Amino acid sequence: MMYKRGTPWRELAPGGIIPEAGTAEEYNAGSWRTFRPVRDDEKCIDCFFCWVYCPDNAIVPVDGHVEGSPYDLLHCKGCGLCAKVCPKDAITMVKETECED
Amino acid sequence: MGQVQALEGNQAVAEAMRQVNPDVMAAYPITPSTEVVQTFAQFVADGKVDTEFVTVESEHSAMSACISAALAGGRVMNATSSQGVALMWEMLYIAASLRSPITLAVVNRALSGNINIHCDHSDSMGARDCGWIQLFCEDAQEAYDTTFQAVRIGEALDVRLPVMVCYDGFLVSHSVEMVDVEEDGPVREWVGAYQAVRPFLDLEHPYTIGPLDLQDFYFEHKRGQVEAYGPAKQAIIEVGKSFEAAFGRPYGLMEPYQLDDAELCIVSLGSTAGTVKDVVDAGRAAGRKIGSLKLRAFRPFPHAELAAALGGCRAVAVLDRSISFGADAAPLFGEITSALYVHGAQVPVTGYVYGLGGREIRPEHIESVYDDLQDVAASGATSAEPRYLGLRE
Repeated sequence: MMYKRGTPWRELAPGGIIPEAGTAEEYNAGSWRTFRPVRDDEKCIDCFFCWVYCPDNAIVPVDGHVEGSPYDLLHCKGCGLCAKVCPKDAITMVKETECED
Repeated sequence: MGQVQALEGNQAVAEAMRQVNPDVMAAYPITPSTEVVQTFAQFVADGKVDTEFVTVESEHSAMSACISAALAGGRVMNATSSQGVALMWEMLYIAASLRSPITLAVVNRALSGNINIHCDHSDSMGARDCGWIQLFCEDAQEAYDTTFQAVRIGEALDVRLPVMVCYDGFLVSHSVEMVDVEEDGPVREWVGAYQAVRPFLDLEHPYTIGPLDLQDFYFEHKRGQVEAYGPAKQAIIEVGKSFEAAFGRPYGLMEPYQLDDAELCIVSLGSTAGTVKDVVDAGRAAGRKIGSLKLRAFRPFPHAELAAALGGCRAVAVLDRSISFGADAAPLFGEITSALYVHGAQVPVTGYVYGLGGREIRPEHIESVYDDLQDVAASGATSAEPRYLGLRE
């Protein structure tokens, strides 16, 4: 189990471990983000370049398509690599403060 | 029954490692510890051990491999000195933080610069806050015996910490001494089989190790680690007693010598304690009430036990074979004075720095310290600054 926020030190396992695997999936690294990638699906040609280059597996194809898929914003840190490698300039990095949600 | 053999300190330690027959050794050679690794590599080549010997390109990699192997579920050993300890530094912290039992022979040698291959304790002392257990040995026999004990202490289920077996470069590592070498069977049985805790290779029970650990948990993890050092101190005592019961040679946190009624006492680490005890014998023969306290466990540091042992003395001297630059208190002096102060013992303590870079420490140096202590005891006052023993003024 992931330890809950506020867990006292005596209740943590020795060695700073988390007693289960794959816990990065539950960790919100998205809070670090300053710029959010926004894709124009009209321009997207489904080439998967962004999927290949994303260092955080934050591009999650739906039914085998990047086009139309949402970003995994829990893990996207806003590095902008996807926007950089997109051959159709379909991805724009937008300031978080300018995003609606 | 064991057999008395004429061995250098490094050969004795390599022999102990052969008898333990660890799963992994990952090591990089450096004077004066090279011979441990070289001798052990020969054992591997000759098929005398089952150990996986990992040749690495640096001590940093050596310690990284040791940590990985320990976490994977193996019993791990390594040896190094001086710059090798320094290059391991960041991995030393990680080894202790991840609670990986590893036995590391630290053959004490001065740190650069300038470059010097001879003995002092600055390498071990530089790593004193890394979280490793640190045991200092006086001679080849202690280094041999302590290698076995380190395995059991570090692997104790309420400890799970890496252990440094520290002994003086050249003075112990390259001096031939008579060593009681035990038979393989009894000593291997005494050490026991390795009991892995959460072995990383147990794919049925995966877990997360070494994750990002920020403001919300890191502090709690460090506080949790502190808890290991009480059991570690207890393990040093109990494993020492068990070793004595099996092989007849006693070990503990420290070795008091002629201390019960001593008015003047010198505290030291490593081979120097042997010289101190010789001087004590001569002084006692001449009717002087002098004693010695050889400290074996520098980490965990036995504050209460030392305060109790030294509290009755009229004057105490602490010999440090290293300097903490910018502090008047060298490492051992700082710990001893802290122990006495915190436990309310009112004893004047005088610090001496000696033996850096292998500078000789002779009986007459030790005698001069007892003479100084006589004056300190008479006046009740001493200097706050360290004195230098064997230095050209």
